[in-house]
Amino acid sequence: MESKSMQRPAAEAAEVEKIQIKDLRFYYEDYEALKGVTLTLHDKRVTAFIGPSGCGKSTLLRVLNRIYALYPRQHATGEVLLDGRNLLSKDIHVDSLRAQVGMVFQKPTPFPMSIYDNIAFGIRLHERVPGSEMDDRVESALRRAALWDEVKDKLKASGLSLSGGQQQRLCIARAIAIKPSVLLLDEPASALDPISTAKIEELIAELASDFCIAIVTHNLQQAARCSDYVAFMYLGELIEFGPTERIFSNPGHPKTVEYVTGRFG
Amino acid sequence: MTLQSRRRAKNLVALAFATAASAFGLFWLAVILWTLLYNGVTGLSPVLVTEATPPPGSGAGGLGNAILGSLLMNGLAILVATPLGILAGTWLAEYARHSKFGEVVRFLNDILLSAPSIIVGLFVYELMVVPMHHFSGWAGAVALAIIAIPVIVRTTQDMLMLVPSSLREAAAALGAPRWRVITSVAYRAALSGILTGVLLALARVSGETAPLLFTALNNQFWSSDMNAPMGNLPVVIFQFALSPYDDWQQLAWNGALLITVAILLTNIAARMLAAGKKSSRG
Repeated sequence: MESKSMQRPAAEAAEVEKIQIKDLRFYYEDYEALKGVTLTLHDKRVTAFIGPSGCGKSTLLRVLNRIYALYPRQHATGEVLLDGRNLLSKDIHVDSLRAQVGMVFQKPTPFPMSIYDNIAFGIRLHERVPGSEMDDRVESALRRAALWDEVKDKLKASGLSLSGGQQQRLCIARAIAIKPSVLLLDEPASALDPISTAKIEELIAELASDFCIAIVTHNLQQAARCSDYVAFMYLGELIEFGPTERIFSNPGHPKTVEYVTGRFG
Repeated sequence: MTLQSRRRAKNLVALAFATAASAFGLFWLAVILWTLLYNGVTGLSPVLVTEATPPPGSGAGGLGNAILGSLLMNGLAILVATPLGILAGTWLAEYARHSKFGEVVRFLNDILLSAPSIIVGLFVYELMVVPMHHFSGWAGAVALAIIAIPVIVRTTQDMLMLVPSSLREAAAALGAPRWRVITSVAYRAALSGILTGVLLALARVSGETAPLLFTALNNQFWSSDMNAPMGNLPVVIFQFALSPYDDWQQLAWNGALLITVAILLTNIAARMLAAGKKSSRG
């Protein structure tokens, strides 16, 4: 499966900084899971986070939409600037932040409602949309997630009736329907079969032209196939960050060399 | 004896004991139900529903007033207990899941769940009957509601706890405020379980006798006045079954059968709801 993103030159347009992470530290109660991470994510680019289990890559993703704030014993320090505004500051309204920063999880999480309502639910949270326009919004989200042709005749069926791969694309459709500018993908294909995985990867390559995408993956081939940048993390620290091609062909740090050549992880 | 054959022998003995224990339990259940059915079906007629409890020895009459009273008080109790129980269960599962205070409330609710119902009856007697100077349907409904609330609290809490946190995260990640996450996603996922809890609470209160003895007492006439003593099936059964009159005893059998069938139907409905949930998940 030749990926489109590899052919898409990373420097075809000027790089626009979307998210700047500065000295980010994260704590689960007293345990420090991120030990001062500094990193920039570019707009309309895919940044893959790789590293062994427990290295903090998912934790970092969960900071970017502040989903960790659901749990009282977790907190973050440092700065995360989204379009220049620190999203860790107290005056940020988390619900509108999450409308800007969409997230798709490891396991598909369709809501126990119809396919149509799964999409419309998110839109209704943020906008008043008349019925006919809602139909268009739902359709275009499903089209963008490459799911429309498979579900257009059963929009009233339960989201739970879809296959795992379809459910995950439904979750992607749901996330992009509310028009975020950033998409966080936390191992979006790790629970899926190879064919569904290929579809998700294709989709990521297509979405990259519109969103700033951060993807956590355990699959190095996947990182190589569908990202423009790679961040390698180890034990809560960012070890190396750079264009995907360079990280895989010419890694700078000995730990990175070990990891990308499969000697640990 | 080899190791395997020794294990097989032990297995056989254990299986025999377990089967015998189940058969023992089922046997008595069957005897009770058969006796109830045998005695309760006799004299079953529409008059049972249309006429009020008779004076002893008249040979006529039914249980209409008791059925009406039971329906009114059970209905009112469930109507009050359902919103209270669901809200409290929601608080326990969604807002106080990790808090010490929530832990305490959960513990107290479990005590209330297994409290002898006669204590609830005495409590409401002190609370309502004594100040009002008379027994009443209101007091009966309150006593039954107090018994139903912990059942609904517990099932609502358990069912919401079963909703995976990934589903809540997914809704929050779309920018849904907490109340929307609960009402639109968590409730939906737990709906059939919560309704099952309400039905089980209904089944539980419809057989309660002790709390009604202290609160609604009884009324041998037709009455839908909640401010007066009110007829109800459990107390009528209690009173008629202990009486020396044959026709009253027969009515007690009929009433017992009615309640049992009603509870059975409620439980079947609860089962069907729970099963429906499972199949929609798969």
